[in-house]
Amino acid sequence: MTAPILTVRDLTKRYGGLTAVNEVSFDVQEGEILSVIGPNGAGKSTIFKLISSFVKPTRGEVRFRGEVISGLAPHVVARKGVVRTFQETTIFKGMTARDSVIVAHHLRSQASLAGFFFGTVAARRDEDAFARSADEILEFLGLDAVGNELASNLPQGHLRALGIAIGLAADPKILLLDEPFAGMNVDETRQAVERVRAVRDRGVTCLLVEHDMAAVMKISDRIVVINFGVKIAEGTPEAIRADDKVIEAYLGVEDETIGL
Amino acid sequence: MTNSRRAGSVAAVAVFLAAVFVAIPLAIAATGRTDLYYTLSSVALLAIASGGVWLTFYIGRINIGQGAWALVGGYASAVLVTTYGWSFWLSLPVAGLFCALMSMLVGLPILRLRGVYFSMVTLVLTEVARLTALALPITNGARGITSIPTPGAIRLFGVTLVPGFETFANRNAPFYFLSAAMMTLCFAGLWRLVHSRLGRLFAAMRQNEELASSMGVNVPLLRVVAYAISSFLGGIGGAIFVAIAQSIYPSSFTINDSVNFMLNCFLGGLGFVFGPMLGTLVLYFGWDLLFQTGQYQLLIYSGVMILLMLVLPNGLLSLRWPSRGRP
Ligand SMILES: Nc1ncnc2c1ncn2[C@@H]1O[C@H](COP(=O)(O)OP(=O)(O)OP(=O)(O)O)[C@@H](O)[C@H]1O
Ligand SMILES: [Mg+2]
Repeated sequence: MTAPILTVRDLTKRYGGLTAVNEVSFDVQEGEILSVIGPNGAGKSTIFKLISSFVKPTRGEVRFRGEVISGLAPHVVARKGVVRTFQETTIFKGMTARDSVIVAHHLRSQASLAGFFFGTVAARRDEDAFARSADEILEFLGLDAVGNELASNLPQGHLRALGIAIGLAADPKILLLDEPFAGMNVDETRQAVERVRAVRDRGVTCLLVEHDMAAVMKISDRIVVINFGVKIAEGTPEAIRADDKVIEAYLGVEDETIGL
Repeated sequence: MTNSRRAGSVAAVAVFLAAVFVAIPLAIAATGRTDLYYTLSSVALLAIASGGVWLTFYIGRINIGQGAWALVGGYASAVLVTTYGWSFWLSLPVAGLFCALMSMLVGLPILRLRGVYFSMVTLVLTEVARLTALALPITNGARGITSIPTPGAIRLFGVTLVPGFETFANRNAPFYFLSAAMMTLCFAGLWRLVHSRLGRLFAAMRQNEELASSMGVNVPLLRVVAYAISSFLGGIGGAIFVAIAQSIYPSSFTINDSVNFMLNCFLGGLGFVFGPMLGTLVLYFGWDLLFQTGQYQLLIYSGVMILLMLVLPNGLLSLRWPSRGRP
């Protein structure tokens, strides 16, 4: 096996007396889709916030291609290629979908901010390239028809896709998707699963947190199971489905809802 | 931008320039109301400072501390001119840059605060500036700095580009042209800024700082940059004001002014770059008109302001462009 693109070691986060994440370790291979699952409040989102450095770990570290990234400012981690999307529908309310994706291209810009102020040739070239790339991403995620809608007017399914579009525009190596299928119906979920696969096929390693177990089983190469902040299992979908601890701690409780 | 809209914008700019630099001076000459030169200079300078406040609004911070930077800029220019014998023309940009630099130091910690917490700290900042001016030896305490010479001539290779202000019979006339030109420059710069990528990043930050940093925007840095530009404008406005008054005291800019700078933005419209200009004009003359009502001046003023914010939350300019949410 090649060196992992991301290594999570003994990651721990305490909020006062509550240990939200407790000594979690796992590796992520380049080009895989890895899902983090677990009951509500298990600490999944916190793990994502720790990886993207929006939250500083109490203990432990995250390495991206061997380099420690925990403790860096979130925008620095994003620039390195570790980009998160948000569980809450986090968007730029006053912007159109297309404008949001164009702004998100910020990282790729060649021209300086001053260049943009004076409208230099490099700045114009950037503007054109961003607009083209934004249109491509919107089409890729099935948002081309609603590109000129205000983001705040979009339905839930489109908002989720817009979140992914904004993430993609930042040119990530790893994309952390926090509940990308939430609020979607069966049909939308099926399409969204295909899109996440397509994102991976573009060469982006995908981590996702998701409650939709059918989707998780279908899409994941590997799964990490978290319960009360502790990793209780890790493996392929088949192995997880058969794991006693998982069934006891998590799957067994919600037997009907997960449809296994 | 469509061609018709572009043509409309060009026409609007032409009308604005003609009004400010031709029509108003002609009208003043015809009526002999030369006192208006002073009044309109004040409006222009207050508008510059308010433009700075508007930019902090633009990144989602309510700034009630612009009076502090007007004071700092005023003192910086006054000290450079009187103590060090600098030309006013050199002291002006340096005063602005000094404010920008100082505001970066101040801004780094306080810009982390949001909402009412940031506002409160900026409110205190004006008072801190006043007390500092009282305490420092270089600012000459409560006696302030007086008898500041008026701006001299600008000469380049022996050619006089701008004659010394002392050569004018009415010094308020050249000050009017200076203030109006600076206002035009500052707002043209602001407009360009807001419509460049930096402006779009500012707008993104205002709407969601976390999402902006998730796509790699250095939010803390850009916040400080916006605040520095804002304070630069405050300093420039303050410095020219002091040159007109030829004096500065710790009470030259107070919390009252800070509040007014903010109200000018509200009144004109937060969504429009040129909002602060209109807001300043209306508020300045509105306040003067209300003077006739004597003891009821403040009561009527406050009532009208509250009413305006309720009825026109996006400011006066939203009357003109009701459907356009963006500047
Ligand atoms: N900023 C915070 N301060 C205090 N406690 C927090 C904070 N953020 C999260 N927690 C707590 O940490 C625990 C884990 O939260 P987290 O959001 O990671 O759960 P989750 O697995 O994402 O849950 P869900 O499936 O509901 O999204 C919860 O008990 C939560 O209340
Ligand atoms: Mg969560």
